[in-house]
Amino acid sequence: MSAQVSRKRAGVFGRELIVKAIGDSFRKLSPLWMVKNPVMFVVEVGSALSTAVAIRLYVLGQPTVASFTLQIAIWLWLTVLFANFAEALAEGRGHAQAAALRGTKISATAKRQVGSTWEEVAATELRRGDVVRCSAGDLIPSDGTVIKGTAAIDESAITGESAPVIREAGGDKSAVTGGTRILSDEVWIEVTANPGETFLDRMISLIEGAVRQKTPNEIALAILLAGLTLIFVVVVMTTEAFAQYSGLHLQLVILVALLVCLAPTTIGGLLSAIGISGMDRLLRHNVLAMSGRAIEAAGDVNVIMLDKTGTLTYGNRMATEFVPLPSVEVKDLARSAMIASLADDTPEGRSIVALAKEQFGLTEPEDESEPPVYHSFTAQTRMSGVDLGSRQVRKGAPDAVLSYVGGVPAELEGRFGEIVDGIAHQGGTPLAVADGGRVIGVIHLKDIVKVGIRDRIAAIRKSGIRTVMITGDNPITARTIADEVGIDECLAQATPERKLEYIEQQKAAGYLVAMVGDGTNDAPALAAADVAVAMNSGTSSAREAANMVDLDSNPIKLIDIVEIGKQILITRGALTTFSIANDVAKYFAILPAMFVPIFPGLEALNIMHLTSPESAVLAAVIFNAVIIPMLIPLALRGVRYRPQSAAITLRNNLFIYGLGGLVLPFIGIKLLDMLITALGLVALR
Amino acid sequence: MTLIGSLGIIVFFGLVTLAVKPVGLYLYNVFDGGRTWLDPILVPCERAIYKLGGVDPKREMRWTEYLFAMLAFNLVGFVLLYPVLRLQGALPLNPQHFSGVGAHVAWNTAVSFVTNTNWQAYGGESTLSYLSQMWLTVQQFLSPITGLAMVLAFIRGLTRKNASTLGNFWVDLTRAFLWIALPVAAVAALVLIALGTPQNFAPYTVAHTLQGAKQVLPQGPVASMTSIMQFGDNGGGYFNTNAGYPFETPNSASLMFQLILGFLVPVGLTYYFGKKAGDTRQGWTIFAAMMVLFAFGVFATYWAEAAGNPLVSHVLQHAVPNMTGKETRFGVAGSSLFETSTTAVSWGSTAAANDSFTPIGSLILLFNMMTGEVIIGAWGVGLLGMLAFAILAVFLAGLMVGRTPEYLGKKIQAYEVKMATLAMIVPTFVILGLAAWAVSTNGGLSGIFNPGPQGLSEVLYAFSSGVGNNGSAMGGLNAAAPFYTWTVGFAMLIGRFPMYIPALAIAGSLVKKQSVPPSIGTFPTNSWLFGLLLISTVVIVGALVFFPALALGPLAEQFAMSGGHLFGGVPK
Repeated sequence: MSAQVSRKRAGVFGRELIVKAIGDSFRKLSPLWMVKNPVMFVVEVGSALSTAVAIRLYVLGQPTVASFTLQIAIWLWLTVLFANFAEALAEGRGHAQAAALRGTKISATAKRQVGSTWEEVAATELRRGDVVRCSAGDLIPSDGTVIKGTAAIDESAITGESAPVIREAGGDKSAVTGGTRILSDEVWIEVTANPGETFLDRMISLIEGAVRQKTPNEIALAILLAGLTLIFVVVVMTTEAFAQYSGLHLQLVILVALLVCLAPTTIGGLLSAIGISGMDRLLRHNVLAMSGRAIEAAGDVNVIMLDKTGTLTYGNRMATEFVPLPSVEVKDLARSAMIASLADDTPEGRSIVALAKEQFGLTEPEDESEPPVYHSFTAQTRMSGVDLGSRQVRKGAPDAVLSYVGGVPAELEGRFGEIVDGIAHQGGTPLAVADGGRVIGVIHLKDIVKVGIRDRIAAIRKSGIRTVMITGDNPITARTIADEVGIDECLAQATPERKLEYIEQQKAAGYLVAMVGDGTNDAPALAAADVAVAMNSGTSSAREAANMVDLDSNPIKLIDIVEIGKQILITRGALTTFSIANDVAKYFAILPAMFVPIFPGLEALNIMHLTSPESAVLAAVIFNAVIIPMLIPLALRGVRYRPQSAAITLRNNLFIYGLGGLVLPFIGIKLLDMLITALGLVALR
Repeated sequence: MTLIGSLGIIVFFGLVTLAVKPVGLYLYNVFDGGRTWLDPILVPCERAIYKLGGVDPKREMRWTEYLFAMLAFNLVGFVLLYPVLRLQGALPLNPQHFSGVGAHVAWNTAVSFVTNTNWQAYGGESTLSYLSQMWLTVQQFLSPITGLAMVLAFIRGLTRKNASTLGNFWVDLTRAFLWIALPVAAVAALVLIALGTPQNFAPYTVAHTLQGAKQVLPQGPVASMTSIMQFGDNGGGYFNTNAGYPFETPNSASLMFQLILGFLVPVGLTYYFGKKAGDTRQGWTIFAAMMVLFAFGVFATYWAEAAGNPLVSHVLQHAVPNMTGKETRFGVAGSSLFETSTTAVSWGSTAAANDSFTPIGSLILLFNMMTGEVIIGAWGVGLLGMLAFAILAVFLAGLMVGRTPEYLGKKIQAYEVKMATLAMIVPTFVILGLAAWAVSTNGGLSGIFNPGPQGLSEVLYAFSSGVGNNGSAMGGLNAAAPFYTWTVGFAMLIGRFPMYIPALAIAGSLVKKQSVPPSIGTFPTNSWLFGLLLISTVVIVGALVFFPALALGPLAEQFAMSGGHLFGGVPK
């Protein structure tokens, strides 16, 4: 079973996952574990205290108060368990994937080079720098670089993609990953990872969360939440002193309930689940982030650099138009162009044939009497074509064709120049066509923008991200394509040095840059970029310089990555705002309940008209507990991200999570209070 | 509430708003190399001061050095002030022959005037010699300019990029003194004298009234102290009754003048901030948030005081406003405006007896101080506190736009959050902790003159005023009792200097950061929406933690009063 399959199958709420998560929620009750999350640790201590008080009250023979205390205690325990469950569920999904991957881990042996001979060793003994030989049917024992030979490799264990890929020595397609299988031929591989450090190992440990470091923003938020909790501890402790002064003795359980309701338990309980599920969401997109920091940086990115070829356009230029010279029929030009391209197997050549057929319904000529003599493109001639007997048909670079036929007639010279320059100005490539010794017209070749790419670029720009196109083309050509795609800026005639320089320049101006790369010469730029996505098909140096790897090798996925990064931050912010806004309603439920016995006038603060102090406190505690599982789906799936300006996003989210957070608990607590009253869960006065 | 009263208050808001831009521009010219018409006289003085002090005005300081310079400067202030108070009996300018101030009160007073609190555990006219009063006046110059320097450093932290220094403390201090505190206070003193405030070194006048009684009329260098007391948001009045006393505030014109004086620098700083940030809307947003909170407080207080006590109205058979403890010259509207201002702008001088306010009225005064004196607030520290709240608001809600929160392009990360959290935790702990200690020990309880909820309000008020470096007192509390001189003194110290550490630490960290250029993907902090968010943060994060305490204090009393119940009686 490939990892991909299991990934698809492990839905958000697979039954097995839930059962396992429930078990884990109890295991996580260990104070040693809980203490890592101060907010929930405080709740756990409160639960234990309340339980002790409830038992004591039963022993003392005060069943009414004891029953109330016990109910509070139960709901406090549930609050802790719900938070643990959220975390366990998020982790569980990772564990399932890690298990699937571990299944593919190699226990095989490898043939290691020793001097001029080969010895059999266990794959786990291979060190960086060893050279191994693998042939068809072998599992590749470790990560490495092909140093000799070419092979077809099945990488489905890692990528989930079953089509084999070609890996060869030299060039940008030399990296192989341990755990993948050779389908044909034999290669020599230089191992690039020590045991336990291979790509597969890292992938497993990342997914399992064993090495999941908290992201910088998560750390900052955790500090604030711990600080708030500490403040509320003091608030509750001093409240007891003020109540004593006022002549009121407060029950311990009420104070605990107040503390737990005020502490930011909602976000405190869901914080780690949000982080884990973010990593998981990337993985569902077949992107592996090497650190949480990278995912977060993805949300912050201001500039994204996209390669033109292969990302924005279909890699190859295609014929889009035939432009004849005066007195030449366009159909004749098309026919000549087609004939010149029949033997041209390049994508350009094929596109010329296809266009001629499509526009003019032309068909390939029947067998000629004389066998055609084909001339293929060379760097010297810069033309290709065919000789049909004495008829010579050629297409190629305008200057090459001109010198081949000895120029155009003077009266056509101006027109020819116009056509050629016009095409170049539009970012296209002109190909002159000559038939029978004279130039008859020009073929317009241009880059074809991928379907749907315009909309994606427009969407990402709406959220204030600048898009930069990288291309080796000249600036005019680059600009034309950029305008067509809707790109802000283009980096024309880009070399690896130029890319690096551009990134450093952007960083110095305060921008965060994201880019995609695959070749070894991309490595410096990748290392400099804040978010660097390497293609899985790329070289191992590119993969090492990057902080993310796209297993599908689909460069446009950079946009998805940015969106996921933003989604994680938005989810965290939304739940924080919601959690803190909740406090207002909880105050209005608990404070009158606490103080009415001594100051009956404070009943005026009971704006929800809750039935009794006990029902009010219980309702607030239950609301505080159940809101956590209710928000688990949101925490795991993430708040929906829409590409739009920050001002609008803020307004919408403040409305939903800020105002919603203010209002919802008033309604929820009131409903729970009615339910508690109807069920008679607490003694009424 | 009367139409005239409300209109007067609204006109006052208008005047304050009009002052924002010119004052802000003047501050900008003073601190950022612009020219002012005072330069010909003051530049030579400035040079002389630097020469005398051996200060190189070009040398920039890192945050730690800036902090230590500030601490050292204030420590010296304390060390010089304390002996003057203790030894005033043997020092000149003491026509009334007052003996030295006792150890407890001297410590409390020295701390009080060094921290810009001006909490007065003494009655000025019955305790202090002219020398002591004038020495306090010196501190009334030095403590506000210290606060101003702090916010200058903080703003530089926010607006400088890839730098490491926050300016030179001595330069900031000198310019704030020469260009701002000194000239304005001098002119204001003359205006006050013209409006009827005394300024002399004569012994107290003994008058014989028509009834034949003997009356002592205290006086002295009053105008000079009152002008800087108000302008510098100090609040330590010459007389015990403070701004309510006819020699300090002879008439409504004088009251209005003092009010505006107190607002000038704090509101002007918001504009200065916007100007430094390169977007004056940033400053106006902060100002608007402050003013909304302030206007809410003023009208709530005015409404509560105008509504008065229903029990009194019942006895008198017609509705009367709550005039207890208020000067008839200022009335309910004037007193409500002044007392709300005194707690919001943190000057702390009082023109009415806050202890006699309705519970809702005192709730507002408490709210203004408990939120950390950020509703306008004193020189520098008010804006500083509000900017800290802005950073917190940006951090809490800023994530919702899908980027690491940033303020003015500076990323708010773990270090800043840690420091901001610290700045939020400490004052809360001190106010609540000391108040809880006071109401659970004999030392504290014996100083409370009004048991019941009012007593709790008084205790909360004392510590909020101390921590907030406000200095106004509600009264009803034996502030001179050792328990309170020491605890309030401690509160004042904690509320001032330790709070500068996280603030400057944040500035020191932000100044090093690159600033992310704004785009449509940037969280906008110059819009009404952010203003609203800021207000919510101040209320929910800043004030809500005091809700339980306030429920047992002013709220309990207010609802009891509406229900016909009073908490009277004699001290325990």
